[in-house]
Amino acid sequence: MRPRYAYSLAIVIGILIVIAFVNDEIRTVSVLSFSLRYAVPLILAAMVGIICERSGIINIGIEGQMLMSAFAGFFGAAITGNLILGTMIGVGTGMIMGAMLATGAVTWKMDQIIAGTIINIIATGLTSFFYAQGYVLPAITPKVRIPFLADLPLVGPVFFDNGIFTYAAIIAAFILWMLLFKTIWGLRTRAVGEKPGSADTSGVNVQRTRFLNVTLAGGLAGLAGAYLSIEAASTFERGLTAGRGFMALAIMIFGAWNPIGALGAALFFGLAKGLASQLQADEVIAIPQQFTNMLPYILTIVLLAIVSGRIKPPAAVGKPYEKE
Amino acid sequence: MPSFTPTGTPVLEARGITKRFPGVIANEDVSLTIHKGQIVGLLGENGAGKSTLVKMIYGLYEPDEGQILINGTPVRLAGPRDAIRKGVGMVHQHFQLVPVFTVAENVILGDEPHRSIFVNMKKATEEVARLSKEYGLQVDVNAKVEDLPVGAQQRVEILKALYRHAEILIMDEPTAVLTPQETDELLKVMRGFADNGVAVIFITHKLREVLAVADTIEVLRGGRVVGTTTPDETDQAGLAQMMVGRSVLLRVDKKPATPGSVVLDVQNMNVEGGLGLPAVQDASLSVRAGEIVGIAGVEGNGQRELVEALTGLRKSHARVFTINGENAEGLSPHAIHEMGVGHVPEDREKDGVVGPYSIADNMVLNRFDEPQFATRGVRNRKAVNQLATTLVENYDVRTPSIQTTAQSLSGGNKQKVVIARELAAQPSLLIASQPTRGVDVGSIEFIHSQIVKARDDGAAVLLVSAELDEVMGLADRILVMYDGHIVAEIDAEGADRNRIGRLMAGGEDSGAAAPA
Repeated sequence: MRPRYAYSLAIVIGILIVIAFVNDEIRTVSVLSFSLRYAVPLILAAMVGIICERSGIINIGIEGQMLMSAFAGFFGAAITGNLILGTMIGVGTGMIMGAMLATGAVTWKMDQIIAGTIINIIATGLTSFFYAQGYVLPAITPKVRIPFLADLPLVGPVFFDNGIFTYAAIIAAFILWMLLFKTIWGLRTRAVGEKPGSADTSGVNVQRTRFLNVTLAGGLAGLAGAYLSIEAASTFERGLTAGRGFMALAIMIFGAWNPIGALGAALFFGLAKGLASQLQADEVIAIPQQFTNMLPYILTIVLLAIVSGRIKPPAAVGKPYEKE
Repeated sequence: MPSFTPTGTPVLEARGITKRFPGVIANEDVSLTIHKGQIVGLLGENGAGKSTLVKMIYGLYEPDEGQILINGTPVRLAGPRDAIRKGVGMVHQHFQLVPVFTVAENVILGDEPHRSIFVNMKKATEEVARLSKEYGLQVDVNAKVEDLPVGAQQRVEILKALYRHAEILIMDEPTAVLTPQETDELLKVMRGFADNGVAVIFITHKLREVLAVADTIEVLRGGRVVGTTTPDETDQAGLAQMMVGRSVLLRVDKKPATPGSVVLDVQNMNVEGGLGLPAVQDASLSVRAGEIVGIAGVEGNGQRELVEALTGLRKSHARVFTINGENAEGLSPHAIHEMGVGHVPEDREKDGVVGPYSIADNMVLNRFDEPQFATRGVRNRKAVNQLATTLVENYDVRTPSIQTTAQSLSGGNKQKVVIARELAAQPSLLIASQPTRGVDVGSIEFIHSQIVKARDDGAAVLLVSAELDEVMGLADRILVMYDGHIVAEIDAEGADRNRIGRLMAGGEDSGAAAPA
């Protein structure tokens, strides 16, 4: 989507939210808080997609990377009795899964879709096989209240009274934007994703850049997975990620491969889901719950149909780099 | 030109370089010496091993045998990064630029001015602007590369090498994409580099250019250096003979044309290119039997779209579009072929031959269903093979057998297959697009003679080529295309090279009358 339209949409939504807030403070804050929590894993996972695709690698395995990390993070936290340690195990697992994708898609120059699909199948298989009941987390993740900012009306309770993961996701988007567009790493990463041949002849190591980026991105997928099991659900279920890894790819496209754009797109997804749930709960719309649950997925399809073809992906995405 | 006298240690020396690829020896015992301020012309046909040699100097390949010395020290170049650090710069034939980056971003990529991890864009822009001014390479440093014309993109490539303080500058076929004026300009810039102490390796297969600018000329053939000479000691004919290994006719030998009736008539044709933008606008042209009409122009000025429209591959809107008096607009490529049109497409790999098919099958690619080659849907292999055998012989296709796959042939031989197929059908109109692109000098001579022969046999020929020399040598009438328009029509007899060059670059026409 063109930034212009995105800004207009954001302003319209902003005005509607303020009107809603004036009319019903409690409900509005509750809907928005829910929306943000729903958006957190989508934001993180979209960053994974952006890092990979900006480097020229399609990561269709985000779903599997998240699922595996959610699994490892939860059981890690439950067994060690330490939430921080569990989260770190989740992130580490994500990086291992990232390195697996990198080995297949970069080192072995496999078809990237197949490499990602393998990740997804492995994750589904392993997490189902080793799944065990009866484990609980040692504690609930604490909320971190930012002094003063949290006292602001509307934005205070929504944005500045959250778990650590939420802050991490939002900050990650801004940091990634800065890294991509202002640093040497960003310039080289984008060159590698746009035209690896010219990066190579300019003295940039294409294969190493891609391998490193895909692996590091896996760490972010790990963080997203850990959030799902350790903070959001406080437990692990089979298929916990429920397609969020794929939705993240749609959000990445919707955000035009730009971290800030994707942040906005993820929040929009969250808001749609939050609103639908509230309307359902208030029995404003009398349709079965299954239909409101479908909403994020339907939104994904609709938005992709609208924007696909209008935004240009990185030119070299999906193509293994072969020296001429 | 004063002859160059080398002094001191050569800045670059290649000693006894051999490089093998599976099944081919690309370079065999090649040696090359170049000093500061010297321009070495590296001349050779396609596949002679020029590119392989310079790629080793730039670290893209490693030699199997032999040594590369820079400033007298043997070096091992594991990649472009090593080569760049040692002062080797390269202007690639296919530009190695990131289209969505700005000029400045492209130049600094890989060697960015920085404050800690951040790119110092301000310093980068200033530095690139300074270089651009210093060397007279005009370009807007903040423009996106994809928005720049080809000539400007090439200047960015050169700036990239200069930014890295290249002492040895390799230029791989830099003039292939330029207009004659841009080429002259570039040759001047190259001389300027040499005067500043840069050693320039200039790769080309254009004899005129290498004679104009080089201090010494190395000629490669079949992976070996077959001669070292200077512009004072030789001329075009001498160089051509060294390149090919036998004497070559450089000028096309042809009698004056005897044009007959109009075969192709096009009035006010408009064709859309990609993205729905107009690629050809209001073009009018006619080709008569027994004449060759050449379209000159820098690539990307609508020639491809025009040819695709004329052969039915692309939709067009014209007031008149007839072949032999019959309407051809809206017809399929097959129907147009049936009207007696032969088409030699510009991209033979993609559109000219089917790589995995045998030569025999490729010879009847657009005629396989004709009665003599198939009866009631069953192919008559014998007739096909018979035709293929004759054509392979008559058109001098070098192949072990007619059952060999087309993809295993060299570029020149593939092109001969295409030419043979199209001419064997005895077309009344032959549309030949870049018929000798990437073809060796010996084959060029042959292909040209076949096109002239078709003309003399009464065919109307429309020739499209980015090589001005080819158009001027072959055509009886020349049309110049610029920005989708046919901007001039010139009689080939006594045509002025500079005037055509100016027109190709979009300049005002100073000579003769405007096109009708």
